[in-house]
Amino acid sequence: MTDTPFTIAGRTFSSRLIVGSGKYPSHAVMTQAIDASGAEIVTVAVRRVDLAARGGESLRDYLEARQLFVLPNTAGCYTVDDAVRTARLAREAGLSNWVKLEVIGDERTLFPDTEALVVATRILVSEGFVVLPYTNDDPIVCRKLEDAGAAAVMPLGAPIGSGLGIQNENNIRIICEFATVPVIVDAGVGTASEAARAMELGVDGVMMQTAIAQAQDPVAMADAMKHAVLAGRLAYRAGRIPRKMYATASSPVEGLIGT
Amino acid sequence: MQITLNGEPYELDQPLSVDDLLARLDLDPRRVAIEYNLSIIRRPVWPQTIVQEGDRLEIVNFVGGG
Repeated sequence: MTDTPFTIAGRTFSSRLIVGSGKYPSHAVMTQAIDASGAEIVTVAVRRVDLAARGGESLRDYLEARQLFVLPNTAGCYTVDDAVRTARLAREAGLSNWVKLEVIGDERTLFPDTEALVVATRILVSEGFVVLPYTNDDPIVCRKLEDAGAAAVMPLGAPIGSGLGIQNENNIRIICEFATVPVIVDAGVGTASEAARAMELGVDGVMMQTAIAQAQDPVAMADAMKHAVLAGRLAYRAGRIPRKMYATASSPVEGLIGT
Repeated sequence: MQITLNGEPYELDQPLSVDDLLARLDLDPRRVAIEYNLSIIRRPVWPQTIVQEGDRLEIVNFVGGG
């Protein structure tokens, strides 16, 4: 069955799984895990250079060697101003004008400040950025982000790093139905079945970091996630059977002996 | 003279270009982006941008993140 391509802002990607590049036990494990995930888009953070330490270049060397698509984020930004400044620096440091936009509203939940997010999206779109905002699982906010020019919307499945799975499946479904841009579930996935579940709901892609990086075996989990996203997508396209309360026999009822 | 570099006070003997500052800090210019007094300064203007007393610079790069 031929799938429609996964295309964001006119650019088509081979994998519907997007992975982060932080929180791995080591650089070696990170590179093996990202390789195993099959992901083509990898997120990075923008931070002040460490003037005391050297050797932080290995991440970028790896990403460039594999020709991965680097998606900088504005993680850790709590204001429109900081997020916009960080996005501008990311564009200057990188090769593209794409940004995974985060404007965080609360330290404990890391839930987005959706009001600020819409404002920051509008500013960055006007400056020529391709903006992928990390947002709530709120269809109305997603619609506002789309109206503001977002190239995709990235609703959370559950709080960042929580591994709780998709908390509001119905909202994710509604977001998919409303959206005319790709929907990427970002955050909340804990294990492979949850990634598959997200894809079965009809989202275009899944983004994760902690579920892979902090798994006991990140490389194996990355492989599992690759298959989960593929399986979930296939199942979504294949169309599941309706749920029924009672059994329907799987074997013919004709030709039974003893009747 | 003193500047603010990545949020911290930093001493310089005399004004110098952004290019020279990167060399002094032993930073690979291809790997960083710079905000100079709250505005991005692009690579082509690094050589002629002179860092002066009281200037605020942010020098960033990419690190692992999700």
